[in-house]
Amino acid sequence: MNKRMNVRDMTCGRGFLLLLLLLGMVNQAGAVLTIEVNKGIDAGIPIAVVPFGQEGLGEVSHPPADIIESDLGLSGKFDTIPRETFLSQPSELRSVQYKDWRLIKAEALVVGKVINIGNGQLEVRFRLIDVFRERQLAGQKFIIPENRLRKVSHQIADIIYQQLTGTRGAFDTKIAYVTVEGQEPNRRFLLQIADSDGYDPKSVLQSSEPILSPAWSPDGNWMAYVSFEQKRSNIYLQNVWSGQRKLISEYPGINSAPAWSPDGRSLAITLSKDGNPEIYVYNVDNESLRRMTRHTAIDTEPDWSPDGRWLVFTSGRSGAPQVYKMPSAGGTAKRITFNGQYNAGPSFSPDGKSIVMITNQGNGFRVGLYSDNDQTVRELTQTIQDESPTFAPNGEMIIYATQKGGRNVLAAVSTDGNVQQTLRFQQGSVREPAWSPFNRKL
Amino acid sequence: MRKILSYVVIIGFSIAIAGCGGRKAVEGDVQVEAVDGTAGASSAGLDGSGGTVTSGLEGADSAAGADGDLLGKRVVYFEYDSSLLTLEAEAIVQAHAQYLVSAPGTQIILEGHADERGTREYNLALGEDRARSVANLMEAMGVSSGRVQIVSYGEERPVALGYDEAAFALNRRVEILYQ
Repeated sequence: MNKRMNVRDMTCGRGFLLLLLLLGMVNQAGAVLTIEVNKGIDAGIPIAVVPFGQEGLGEVSHPPADIIESDLGLSGKFDTIPRETFLSQPSELRSVQYKDWRLIKAEALVVGKVINIGNGQLEVRFRLIDVFRERQLAGQKFIIPENRLRKVSHQIADIIYQQLTGTRGAFDTKIAYVTVEGQEPNRRFLLQIADSDGYDPKSVLQSSEPILSPAWSPDGNWMAYVSFEQKRSNIYLQNVWSGQRKLISEYPGINSAPAWSPDGRSLAITLSKDGNPEIYVYNVDNESLRRMTRHTAIDTEPDWSPDGRWLVFTSGRSGAPQVYKMPSAGGTAKRITFNGQYNAGPSFSPDGKSIVMITNQGNGFRVGLYSDNDQTVRELTQTIQDESPTFAPNGEMIIYATQKGGRNVLAAVSTDGNVQQTLRFQQGSVREPAWSPFNRKL
Repeated sequence: MRKILSYVVIIGFSIAIAGCGGRKAVEGDVQVEAVDGTAGASSAGLDGSGGTVTSGLEGADSAAGADGDLLGKRVVYFEYDSSLLTLEAEAIVQAHAQYLVSAPGTQIILEGHADERGTREYNLALGEDRARSVANLMEAMGVSSGRVQIVSYGEERPVALGYDEAAFALNRRVEILYQ
């Protein structure tokens, strides 16, 4: 399967180790999110995250070390060392006994402190330490309002991730998704935005009719989506902060599949007003419309390359859905997918070198990754009902919707397929995930 | 609206080893099996598009004579990833088209649907394509296009739940809704 197989996997033969890391977050409404790491790699960096020292604080409901440890652990790139094996609990650099950490084979060590400085403000300090070289790799001090402790913890995890892996962390980001509660005819659709680890969901739209295809603007301040609230598919824009919204497309037929251009000034959308579904580019500033495709088959699900020069989309013109690419300035569309009878819903990686999509190569509908290098679509998952894959803004993970145990859940997979997680909500079903761009305000 | 959040971290290292005789026992560890979002009611489909269906159709049925049984059928079904009318679907649509020609005041909505496989957006387009196939045949038989409204719900309103061909077949459909 993968060459970096876990030691424990090998002792166990073919099956991969299912390491359940349950992170239950219970809020008033009783919504519980569970993250399961279904598959990890053993090449993870051994890291010890020491519970942060506290001064002038009562019990902290979200201890920073817990959040940092969870973030790093879930990324699949770290082996977080169990706390019960720690021989000491330093919260400052000067009290670190390096031998204590070498003994438990920690390569990296995180220590820190949260100090109540009054007026609802906290001072948060952390240090990332290289145990073998006995030196600090990173350290920072934050002054924050109390309610930002969780966010700062994600930011610290981002700094650690960047230091140790060389890639920007994406823990301090958000995920938008749609939940469905209840049964017909009393279904309730909610467009929600939660932290990247699924914590603290906030509902930004409620409807008794379906909500589809949420798409973050490149600056993270707006969301485009499809809502059936008028008993038909129309496209809306909504400001993430104010909730202000605008109906931008209600032509006869379907109005759907919005995708922001990288400069945030246009949306590629699907309209069937001229007879059947075609791709158009809608200019957000002057509301003009430019038709991009012209074919009797279905054309839909457009996405832009990060440099803005290309559009990819799904078309049924070959007789089955396949992915096509055309210049965003207009021109000829060229088919790019040839593996399997079904390839649809393309979405570019942040570096523009690969495209994630749903592929069916005879094994069910799976997350597939098309690479520019070899121009083939590789299956990344082993499930059969995957939908809506999109990249994390750092390009390391792909989030998608799937089915597990008869439930709709969100799941994430690394681009090499080696790290897989399931995010499971206690109530309702979850679908249509969209990972936010980097935006520190979010 | 301050949330009281109790933050329960259960770092349950349930090291259940799949494949070592234990099979798939692992998923059950999570406490959430009670409310299953996907189970239950299959009474979907017909609601939501307006409650006026009944009266119009009873009239249609009685006026129809020999085509009564065809007119009684208000749903036509499709093959996988196809918008082509089957012979049976064609007969049903023709019966409705004839009725509509004879009842000029009547308006209909054609509501297109898809099974849940594949992407939601493609299925939305496919649902419309199916409704359009039905509309095209009706228009070819003389029903003016202004009387036929098309809407697609894609895979969003399944009438049958379950991930099997029987459910898929029932969900790939166009519903003919008299106004």
